[in-house]
Amino acid sequence: MPILQPIGRTFLAFIETVGRLSLFAAISTSHCMRPPFYPRLLLRQMVEIGYYSLPVVGLTAIFTGMVLALQSYTGFARFSAESAIPNVVIVSITRELGPVLAGLMVAGRVGAAMAAEIGTMRVTEQIDALDTLATNPFKYLVAPRLLAGITMLPLLVLTADIIGVFGGYIVSIFKLGFNPSLYIKNTWDFMEAIDVISGLVKASVFGFLVTLMGCYHGYNSRGGAQGVGSATTNAVVSGSVLILSSNYLITELFFAR
Amino acid sequence: MSPGFPAVAGDTRGAAEPTGHGARQTPRIRIRDLYKAFGVKEVLRGLDLDVGAGESVVVIGGSGSGKSVTLKCVLGLLQPEAGSIQVDGEEVVGLGGDSLEQVRRKFGMLFQNAALFDSLPVWENVAFGLTQGQGMGRREARAIAIDRLAAVGLEPEVGDMWPAELSGGMRKRVGLARAIATSPEIMFFDEPTTGLDPIMGDVIDALIVKCVHELGATALSITHDMASARRIADRIAMLYEGKIIWAGPTAEIDHSNNPYVDQFIHGRAEGPITMMANA
Repeated sequence: MPILQPIGRTFLAFIETVGRLSLFAAISTSHCMRPPFYPRLLLRQMVEIGYYSLPVVGLTAIFTGMVLALQSYTGFARFSAESAIPNVVIVSITRELGPVLAGLMVAGRVGAAMAAEIGTMRVTEQIDALDTLATNPFKYLVAPRLLAGITMLPLLVLTADIIGVFGGYIVSIFKLGFNPSLYIKNTWDFMEAIDVISGLVKASVFGFLVTLMGCYHGYNSRGGAQGVGSATTNAVVSGSVLILSSNYLITELFFAR
Repeated sequence: MSPGFPAVAGDTRGAAEPTGHGARQTPRIRIRDLYKAFGVKEVLRGLDLDVGAGESVVVIGGSGSGKSVTLKCVLGLLQPEAGSIQVDGEEVVGLGGDSLEQVRRKFGMLFQNAALFDSLPVWENVAFGLTQGQGMGRREARAIAIDRLAAVGLEPEVGDMWPAELSGGMRKRVGLARAIATSPEIMFFDEPTTGLDPIMGDVIDALIVKCVHELGATALSITHDMASARRIADRIAMLYEGKIIWAGPTAEIDHSNNPYVDQFIHGRAEGPITMMANA
């Protein structure tokens, strides 16, 4: 049946990609755990991911917290439930918005940059040069990026949580007329360790996925500038989709009853 | 070993010094019946080639004839579908992991566009095989890198420049310095003069001959530049349609009596070699 052929072809291509990606992830992860390690490269990647992403993640977090407080107020005012705003802000930010938005921002900034850098190295034979210089590209290029993503995303999210809650606080106090000490007390009382921990676990997984996608698409890019451009786009899109889908799975894992 | 290039850690050259024309000895590189295809396109179709110890062999051939693929198969960057590649008697087809890395420690490679690492200054590029491959300290590696830069005619100040600041000729020189930094036993040159003006091409060729001679290394080069091939080769092999169709000493290439070779070395459009529009 002619109509089944393209469906079958697409399905097989999907299975092939999943298999290739799984193999890439397995090899990369194994190289994260085996020497030699490259501490200088790891430090450079940690600075690149953690420090240089701070402004964009901070801005995202503060405005998200501010909007969240404002929207919650306009909604909750209908039921005279304005006092729940600190609770909504802290739960939303720590459980969901902090990790997801930080992950998406890092996917756009870092995932794209990784795909472009490694992709350029691929098409200009720099990765082949690494091989001929008896240096494993997985160990030298991929492992430091994965480790940096896994460790730095939770720190970024922790910072985003604080900034996001602060954003909600600013709007609640200066625009909505909340009592500052009461707002902080409510926030503190309502916050549970599992909210923050689940967000940090998500962040670590997102960090792995974003850097994995950046490295995978860059490493497998072909065909010059156009190939590098496609790798960059694919890294951001696949990284973002994986963040959103894995977010559901982790939420299910932590909070499903 | 030449006094010009002091040995560095990992140099495993033994008592058998290259003779300069070692074709009669056990070949350092022995390729037999090599097949490589990309999808339906067969690039190599039963390629045989020997490179003797201390010998400089140049593989010539048109664009898309499989020269680079041959080199990448020997380096283990591509896996052939069938055939055998032996380096010092050790089979490298199917080799992976640490075993392949050990074989690669014998190699030095000059890439077509030098393939310098953009994120590292020149001296770190040159010293890369020493610092990352052999674990040498940065101070010692830098001294060797500056020495190798001098060997290819570059000032020590170039060591602190970035690859993006270099001209094409300088990039080739730095690539050559990186290739010789670990005093490799076997050197590969991928289109060493492509993209250079004739004078710079001659300079690079002279440097290649000098470096290979001083290292006592075995060299395998690929090019379609006949002037370059004549300068650097002890022996030339012509690749056509995935096979070596002629091989012999450089001096004999003008009397090969092979119409394919004659057409190629004289650069004639007419002859048995037909260029496809999409080749």
